[in-house]
Amino acid sequence: MAKSEAISWFRIQEMFRFQAFHMYGIIGTAVVLGVIGVALIKKFQIRDFSGNPISFYPKDKSVIRYLLGGSIFGLGWALSGACPGPMVVNIGYGFLSMAIVFLFAIVGTFLYGVIKDKLPH
Amino acid sequence: MIAAIMFFLLYFGQSFGFSSNLRTICAAAGLGKKTKFFDFKWKTQIWNLVFLTGAIIGGFIAKQYLSVDVPVEISAATISDLAKIGIAAPTSLQPQELFSLEAIFTLKGFLVLSLGGLMVGFGSRYAGGCTSGHAISGLSDLQLPSLIAVIGFFIGGLVMTFLIFPLIF
Repeated sequence: MAKSEAISWFRIQEMFRFQAFHMYGIIGTAVVLGVIGVALIKKFQIRDFSGNPISFYPKDKSVIRYLLGGSIFGLGWALSGACPGPMVVNIGYGFLSMAIVFLFAIVGTFLYGVIKDKLPH
Repeated sequence: MIAAIMFFLLYFGQSFGFSSNLRTICAAAGLGKKTKFFDFKWKTQIWNLVFLTGAIIGGFIAKQYLSVDVPVEISAATISDLAKIGIAAPTSLQPQELFSLEAIFTLKGFLVLSLGGLMVGFGSRYAGGCTSGHAISGLSDLQLPSLIAVIGFFIGGLVMTFLIFPLIF
């Protein structure tokens, strides 16, 4: 992830400005490989290491939570230039200021847990 | 590589999604006693936590042994756009204006990082996933909710980039 620069604030800005193919290439490659792999798992009903069928959990059917939650996530993603995975890679990389972002991401998650029942889903 | 990790987790009976770690950490910290959302068997999520630890170590290794810390080669168009809002061209992976120690001890710098993190944490749980859970795992399974979430990511990202950045920078 560090090598692909997907953890860089600059790369995220470039993506949201549609000025380079870089990030779309990374995510696109993962998705294309993912689609093929998931299709193969389903077709051949591949089992996991303990012999259980690999199951895919359909996400809840809803629009509002994905659209609204997704937009809030997007605001934060563009501002901090990091989604949760890259945050910790950044900390390991030596950008200790990213620990603030990560800490507040935990606070944000906690906040959601507290007021969850009051939000439209 | 990212797809490989996803299949690895699927193979071990898990699902791949990074932001669930944030919930797991809340649960492990004992917040489940007061808030039902964090009252679950967090130990079943141990593999994703291993992945988190690996990600930190991976970042460290990348810095120490792989890279020479070269500036990110973003496009010229992005550099000139960012210059307009006072962010200089890359000298490393992250802009000094936001991530240097001087920056985080200013009120604005601190607010940018903390609010950014807060929205990422809140939004990812509200939407039920982040980039890895929705954009990669969800789209791999061709799930409509994930597509809606990714559209949401971009609505938020574009609003921030084009409407809010000019106001705050």
